[in-house]
Amino acid sequence: MQEKEFSHYIQNYPFKEVQQRIYYLNEEKNHTQKTIERIIEKTYQDEHIRWDEFLYLLTKPALDYIEELAQIAQRITRKRFGKTVLLYAPLYLSNECKSICTYCGFRYDNPIKRKTLTVEEAIQEAMILHSQGIRHILLLTGEDYRNTPISYIGEVAEKLQRHFSSIGIEIYPLKQNEYEYLRTKGVDSLTIYQETYDPERYREVHLQGVKRRMEFRLNCPDRAGKAGLRRIGIGALLGLSDPQTEVAMVGLHAQYLQKRYWKTQITVSLPRLRPAENIKNVPLISDSLYALFFIALRIFLPDVSLILSTRESPRFRDNMIPICITQISAGSKTEPGGYSGYDTTEQFHISDTRSVADIVNMLKQKDLDPVFTDWVYVMK
Amino acid sequence: MIEDQFQRDPKPLKIANRTFKSRLFVGTGKFSSTKSMRDAIELSCTEMVTVALRRIDLTKPMEEEDIIASLDLTKIQLLPNTSGARDAEEAVRLARIAREMGGGNWIKLEVTPDPYYLLPDGKETLKATEILVKEGFVVLPYIQADPILAKQLQEAGAATVMPLGSPIGSNQGIRTKESIKIIIEQAEVPVVIDAGLGLPSHVAEAFEMGADAVLVNTAIAISVHSGYSAFSFALATLAGREAYLNGIYGNTNARTLELSYESNTWKKASASSPLTGFLDEENR
Ligand code: SF4
Repeated sequence: MQEKEFSHYIQNYPFKEVQQRIYYLNEEKNHTQKTIERIIEKTYQDEHIRWDEFLYLLTKPALDYIEELAQIAQRITRKRFGKTVLLYAPLYLSNECKSICTYCGFRYDNPIKRKTLTVEEAIQEAMILHSQGIRHILLLTGEDYRNTPISYIGEVAEKLQRHFSSIGIEIYPLKQNEYEYLRTKGVDSLTIYQETYDPERYREVHLQGVKRRMEFRLNCPDRAGKAGLRRIGIGALLGLSDPQTEVAMVGLHAQYLQKRYWKTQITVSLPRLRPAENIKNVPLISDSLYALFFIALRIFLPDVSLILSTRESPRFRDNMIPICITQISAGSKTEPGGYSGYDTTEQFHISDTRSVADIVNMLKQKDLDPVFTDWVYVMK
Repeated sequence: MIEDQFQRDPKPLKIANRTFKSRLFVGTGKFSSTKSMRDAIELSCTEMVTVALRRIDLTKPMEEEDIIASLDLTKIQLLPNTSGARDAEEAVRLARIAREMGGGNWIKLEVTPDPYYLLPDGKETLKATEILVKEGFVVLPYIQADPILAKQLQEAGAATVMPLGSPIGSNQGIRTKESIKIIIEQAEVPVVIDAGLGLPSHVAEAFEMGADAVLVNTAIAISVHSGYSAFSFALATLAGREAYLNGIYGNTNARTLELSYESNTWKKASASSPLTGFLDEENR
């Protein structure tokens, strides 16, 4: 039986080596483009591409083919997902956090107003989303095991499960039995971003807290997969290290999870680090390269659901969604109590502030079908 | 010389704890003589040979069997098979006896209740796999090209999956292509295409599709000169694998074909309105 987890698997793909490979492909324009043309041929024959071929699609020379690749990505998306786009909304339960991550506003040493919603407040917030039509909800916390224990998350989930067809969590990493416990309370999905797959950089940006344990986090999706969650979301926070390599690793991770936890839907998101205080060496990622990453992921992993966050501008989102995005958040607030209008601090600033109704209209105009629920509670 | 060619493979095949240079497995049924079988094994350069347990006398030590005595077991992995077993229980019993008689702990699991097409029973195969894995066997199950079953077997601890290309002995080639493609795409253990491969071109095709190994028996055994036949299958193994490793070859017609097939709305529509035009105005 396959018992080893991703941290073991990834040892054959050291970050620095993958980075060098991509660097080489960036430089060797002729070679890279010839191969890209062959890869394109392959997709026309409905062949799957391999991970080493996927790397070519992430490179600078691939930008010359972006329109053709986008059309391929769109065709694949339509084939696998039809014209549907799943809507969900985040619910921040707390901004308390004992970790210090240099890129985040919730970091422990940041003197911000802290708040953890009571169970009642959380339900109230959730019902505001419910009234807007949202049925897939994502519960978020910082990393504070004491102030937001699993029993609390479980209680919120249990109370919400009657009203929502899907409850996801984006909280501190748990053990397998803890995921199993939350599953009994109605949680069906997990989102956990690795932030960076570059071990050196990982150490630099995570200064304090459980999050410092890279391996524990890396194997989190494995534990959730073993616990039988229906949907697992992974991703990297682009900008912490070399973005092309990060996406290469995210692709590898997603493919691995898809193979191993074959009953689980894998979703991928690539939030772009937004300029903020105290963050040095942020590589600027152009819109074109960023778009290329999603397009390449779609071609490499036809069945993975791709998410584009509200960090991105309405214009960028509106144009990307028809190409390959299959899941989006709408009407998001990133502060606890944000939907009810409490005055607390948000985790990051969102760029697309449109309401759920606006997003629905936009999708319809693009001949896409906004989906609010894609499974029923009894299937959990 | 051909052995050297096998060694070029940058990613040799690994099953359980053993590494194989050759990706061609050979069966021992249906040969006209032990000599022609031996020729075939030698010229195929195979390192894995399957032997039907029902064809040998399981009351005496295996090495005394003619077929097995003629194999160089320092080079060749012996793979006893349970062909003829009609359910999990029979297959498990055969496997245990084979091990006791010195046949080792590798087993090609075949559960074929239907005596005509010899098609495998997935449910019983899964059951037997679960039992045998727990008992320490390296289990290589023969199955229908069923992706879900392949996954379940893998979870049960199978060392490979061996989907059929077409029914045993039919020489029809890979008639289960679409399902095998899915199995290959999803598998974490080696995928061995078993049954139905009648021509070297079938074998080449299996490797071009990304199969990890093939098993050929009837086509070699019943040909006029089994040795030459085995050699041609070995060459096809190399050709197909080489093609796979080097990526796809320039099939220049592919795109035009695709276009004329579905006079293709997505392509036409998007030609007049590019999808990525918005990226020209970088506004970050
Ligand atoms: S990223 Fe998460 S763990 Fe790190 S400071 Fe922010 S909330 Fe805390």
